[in-house]
Amino acid sequence: MNMKIINWFRFASPQSFYPLAGRLIPLFWVLALLFGAAGLWVSFFVAPTDAQQGEGYRIIFVHVPASWMSMIIYLAMAFWAGLGLALNTRLSSMMAQALAPTGALMAALSLWTGAFWGKPMWGAWWVWDARLTSELILFFLYIGFIALQSAIDDPRRADKAGAILALIGVVNVPIIYFSVKWWNTLHQGSSINLTRAPSMAHTMLWGLLLMALAFWMYSIAVSLMRLRAIMLERERHTEWVKHAME
Amino acid sequence: MNAFFATMRRDVLLALRRKSEVLTAVFFFVIVVSLFPLGIGPEPALLKKIAPGVLWVTALLATLLGLPRLFASDHLDGTLEQMALSPSPLALLIAGKITAHWLLCGLPLVLLAPALGLQFDLDVRTLGILSLSLLLGTPLLSLIGAMGAALTLGVRGGGVLLALLVLPLYIPTLIFGAGAVEAQSAGLGVEGHLSLLAALLALAVFFAPWATTAALRIALE
Repeated sequence: MNMKIINWFRFASPQSFYPLAGRLIPLFWVLALLFGAAGLWVSFFVAPTDAQQGEGYRIIFVHVPASWMSMIIYLAMAFWAGLGLALNTRLSSMMAQALAPTGALMAALSLWTGAFWGKPMWGAWWVWDARLTSELILFFLYIGFIALQSAIDDPRRADKAGAILALIGVVNVPIIYFSVKWWNTLHQGSSINLTRAPSMAHTMLWGLLLMALAFWMYSIAVSLMRLRAIMLERERHTEWVKHAME
Repeated sequence: MNAFFATMRRDVLLALRRKSEVLTAVFFFVIVVSLFPLGIGPEPALLKKIAPGVLWVTALLATLLGLPRLFASDHLDGTLEQMALSPSPLALLIAGKITAHWLLCGLPLVLLAPALGLQFDLDVRTLGILSLSLLLGTPLLSLIGAMGAALTLGVRGGGVLLALLVLPLYIPTLIFGAGAVEAQSAGLGVEGHLSLLAALLALAVFFAPWATTAALRIALE
């Protein structure tokens, strides 16, 4: 029992997590490519044409995973930032910093693919619908987090200030998630639900899930790569970095 | 509670000795609101339609104008550190400062808004709802803004960063505040919007001074 606890916390130090992350990154890249290839194949060649939306619906295979990731990464970022604030662990604050750009990318991708989908389906690039607006706020929150962290020179202070901002912004995530239920607006409701059968063809669902997995793996891989760079930069004065760089 | 009122009184007195700073935000509000009819054209139906949004957005910007000063001068002359060291809880003192900010920055907007609403051809009941929504909304703006001001205290390019951090967080207030006025002029019920605004205010009164205090302690480290 005691051994287990020690092993668990061993990777909370950058020194021991750095080589582990190095070993994990290729694994996540391989998984991302495999899931991505399978997901793209299913979504472009196997999944049937939608009865109402024709071929244009296929953009959901990128749009929906990107939107999910934008929310999940925000929660993860706020979680790690909060942990760093509460327990003063260096690695969790670095993790929050590493996640932010990927999260911002996902939010931007979600908005952008949504616009591409909206033009043929709704006849407009953008409508002031509750879900679109709250996703836009999420994007601004990511930008604010990144800007605040990069404006403060002292990394410890930057971590803490960023953590408070991330925790304040968390209130927005449930608003995005429930916006299609709370406000009866143009954005369609969710097609996938845990409590009832999915209201779409099974191959479509498979394509979506494979793409979501690919996005997960990609996000983990790039965040770990960025995390390694941040670790090296922040710990550059230490002995282990000198060894790691050799 | 004495500490709360003492801090509030001090901040109000200090601001009243240098009236220009307070008046700048107020005149900014008046001038920017008056610019819209000039820019868009004096069509009464159109003005009536855009009035809630114009008044509310301008109120957000006017609030933003006073925020960097909320903690900056106290931080520079060391008062803020003395506050952090004082035996009274810092959150209470900060709550006093935020209240003073609202009295100087928010309350004048609430009082001026009906007069400006007349320029936009709003009727009496709509003007009442406008004042009520601003009365609930402007304290919320001060509370949220204080968190942003504390986070950006002493940071490079703090003013621009403050706007970037705070404006997204202001959006819910704007939606429900302007929504209430719009609903009134469209003849719909306003209770829903005002209740949500009041709920947000209750939440912010509870959490914002605490979060602001945490952010200030980081800045003071």
